[in-house]
Amino acid sequence: MSKTLDKAQLVVIGAGPGGYAAAFKAADLGLDVTIVEPEANPGGVCLHRGCIPSKAFLHAAKLIREAEESHEMGVTFGKPKIDVPKLRAWKDGIVETLTGGLGGKVKHKKIRHVRGRARFHGPKALTVELVEGGEATLEFEQAILATGSRPALPPFVEGLSERIIDSTGALDPTRAPTSLLVIGGGYIGLELGCVYAALGTAVTVVEMLPQIMTGADKDLVSQVKRRLDAQFEAILLNTKVLALKEQKNGVKVTLEDRKGEQTTKIYDQVLVSVGRRPNTEDLGLEAAGIALDGPFVKVDALRRTTADGVFAIGDITGQPMLAHKATAEGHVAAEVAAGRTAAFEPRCIPAVCFTDPEVAWAGLTEIEAKERGIKIKTTKIPWRSIGRTLTLGRDDGMTKVIIDPETDRVLGVGLAGPGAGELISEAALAIEMAARWQDLALTIHPHPTLSESIMEAADGFFA
Amino acid sequence: MKQEIRVPEVSDGVTKGKVIGLSVAVGDRVEVDQALLEMETDKAVVAVPSPFTGKITAILVDEGDEVAVGQVVMAGEPEDGAGAAPESEAAPTPQPEPEPATQASTPAPAAPEPPRPAPAPAASGSLPPPRTEPTPPAEVAPASPVVRRFARELGVDIHAVRGSGPGGRISEQDVRDFVKAALAGGGGGGAVAVSRPLPDFAKWGEIAREPLSQVRKITADAMAYAWATAPRVTQDDKADITALEAFRKQYNRKAPDDAKLTMTAILVKVVAEALHRFPQLNSTLDLAAGELILKRYVHVGVAVDTPGGLLVPVIRDADRKGVATLAAELNATAAKTRERRISPADMEGGSFTISNLGGIGGTGFTPIVYAPQVAILGVSRAEMEPVWDGEGFEPRLRMPLSLSYDHRVVDGADGARFLRWICEALEQPLLLAMEDAR
Repeated sequence: MSKTLDKAQLVVIGAGPGGYAAAFKAADLGLDVTIVEPEANPGGVCLHRGCIPSKAFLHAAKLIREAEESHEMGVTFGKPKIDVPKLRAWKDGIVETLTGGLGGKVKHKKIRHVRGRARFHGPKALTVELVEGGEATLEFEQAILATGSRPALPPFVEGLSERIIDSTGALDPTRAPTSLLVIGGGYIGLELGCVYAALGTAVTVVEMLPQIMTGADKDLVSQVKRRLDAQFEAILLNTKVLALKEQKNGVKVTLEDRKGEQTTKIYDQVLVSVGRRPNTEDLGLEAAGIALDGPFVKVDALRRTTADGVFAIGDITGQPMLAHKATAEGHVAAEVAAGRTAAFEPRCIPAVCFTDPEVAWAGLTEIEAKERGIKIKTTKIPWRSIGRTLTLGRDDGMTKVIIDPETDRVLGVGLAGPGAGELISEAALAIEMAARWQDLALTIHPHPTLSESIMEAADGFFA
Repeated sequence: MKQEIRVPEVSDGVTKGKVIGLSVAVGDRVEVDQALLEMETDKAVVAVPSPFTGKITAILVDEGDEVAVGQVVMAGEPEDGAGAAPESEAAPTPQPEPEPATQASTPAPAAPEPPRPAPAPAASGSLPPPRTEPTPPAEVAPASPVVRRFARELGVDIHAVRGSGPGGRISEQDVRDFVKAALAGGGGGGAVAVSRPLPDFAKWGEIAREPLSQVRKITADAMAYAWATAPRVTQDDKADITALEAFRKQYNRKAPDDAKLTMTAILVKVVAEALHRFPQLNSTLDLAAGELILKRYVHVGVAVDTPGGLLVPVIRDADRKGVATLAAELNATAAKTRERRISPADMEGGSFTISNLGGIGGTGFTPIVYAPQVAILGVSRAEMEPVWDGEGFEPRLRMPLSLSYDHRVVDGADGARFLRWICEALEQPLLLAMEDAR
């Protein structure tokens, strides 16, 4: 039995940070908006099983670490008692509050929410598989496709289980395993590794490439690696996973190092975090005439796909697969759909790894400058020299400013250190505003804060 | 003896250009004034002439490079006695210098830079979006997000705007000034590309994209400006040129090639005289000042069809020149224009324009006023027609003329009188000599 829903002026497919941002903006601009999303409330992976849950756990991990390290300042705590189900419930409460708030906004903005999964069956028509059961057809004038991504699974992983988990599983723990192998040294694996290490799990990270956090500058990564080396059991670089075999007592993992030497080890759990895949399947893209570009949906600067009146935003349009990029794209698509002039042309999309210490960068990296033959000048300042660092009981961290030597313009900033993620926005603003290093150096930064490191690093160009 | 060859001053306000063609190679022997390279500026295509007769020893630029006035683009060795042309102020006096140090040190301003990534695509619809994170910083227009949005809303390509702030930072005022300059006559360093999002044409069939030439950009800008500002009226008339054409043919039988009399030359003369009698057609409206600017000179632009697009060289003081002089000057100018050897200065200052399509055909058209001028005369192909003379039909050669004018300045009756006067003067050229000499 198929129902027919009232025709939508604008339908947003998927309600993650891209989709709900687009829907809200479009509603504010006067469009009649329908969201098609299976979850009861908006939020997507980010709120339900990504950014937000992981940050909640990372905060707990930080507390544990700081309590451990505080004995040096004469404050000693006992060994923490960790109640994993309660920790999880606390996280669930945060997620509920946030997503519930978004659900309220959907009602407040008079947005129609159709719970289900949409699939194109023509250029201007969707079939929605309803959560309540059955199907409905929905015609639309314009559509914004925002279906996001999911964890990718390498071929040696046959399926997920209690022992072999992906990030979704890792963010819904029932227990802290005794040992955990994290496959993939990207930011997701490292963040979750930090969480589990703090909970008392012996964490090993295995990475195929010669560096963790590929894409980030080495000097920043070495700041975090030093501390992770101490927190983790091991970080195995240049090492491949050949096979996983689930046994009674754990998962037997066969690894191969650079020299081709194979070893096997048993881990209590294995976390697969080798990257994410855009959700472009089962959407009937062909029926709508939406072309792909590699694994991603092909879009132009206005986020229009090859199908008339259909936009795409977020993880399905390409790297970097980050929530804040999706939100910005969502706003562009909504404005264009409402007939405004807008384009997605950011100067930078900041990135943050919420490891301990955090690593954050915006704009050009040194690696990229080298690859593209761009002439740059850099200054670096260790956080050791910043008073605030030592008062936090830390001595690690680094700020790097990258400029164009001809125009003095700030092209990029890289940060590593506790709270680096909160500091990077200043750099993003500087890059968007086309600031020069003098602007950063001459702006009074409050003392004593970590943000002074940006001012001081910029000041280094005076020399 | 080595001499550097620099980009000369080509026109007021032109500071740079793009090399569109190299005409010589290293080792070539060149004559003084021979074209060495062609450069496209905001205003025209100009040739950089050789300041000496001698040999080219180095070429420091490539096709597609941006070059600035004064920049060293080539080096060569003048032949003995065939020294530098001293009148070229940009070319330095050759100095004997110890070799080979010069060779190594000269290229500094023009040193070939490492290849850069392609410029960031502008916000025009169907360009493929950048796949990776930031736009290439080397080509990034330094402007804040709100200024970029402002430019986008005005349809201005932010990359074409020059920033006046520190390090070339672009302000909202810079974008406004850019639009103003572009509207004031295309001299602002680029065209206002009012672009709406385009559909993806590739989904209906194969397409190709080619970059707009500078000439095309300027034409698009000038025409859009005229269309947007000047309410246009076009009036048609026909002139009986049977006698005139007979005279022209007879005259040309004796005239050497470069002095051949063309219908355009005659039209320039007649129009110049007509503009004296109807000065409001030789004017410009200054709405801001609340005034009509009347020009006491008559410089007639003549549209010339070239492979690179339409160019309009200007015949100066056409009212003071005889038809023979005009004919010779027009022939030389047209040839120079088609060879793209015309300088931007030769295309400035026109007060009226003639567009003669008679050589191609057509029975009439509606030319667009070349603002801030207020009128333009379009000429179509003359045809033999039966004309009733009261008793019978006479075969007469009649030339269709289409006068377009800015209706804010020129009333219909004045336009009709002006065009009629031109027709009558073509039929009875004695009209041209009826008034006292100026």
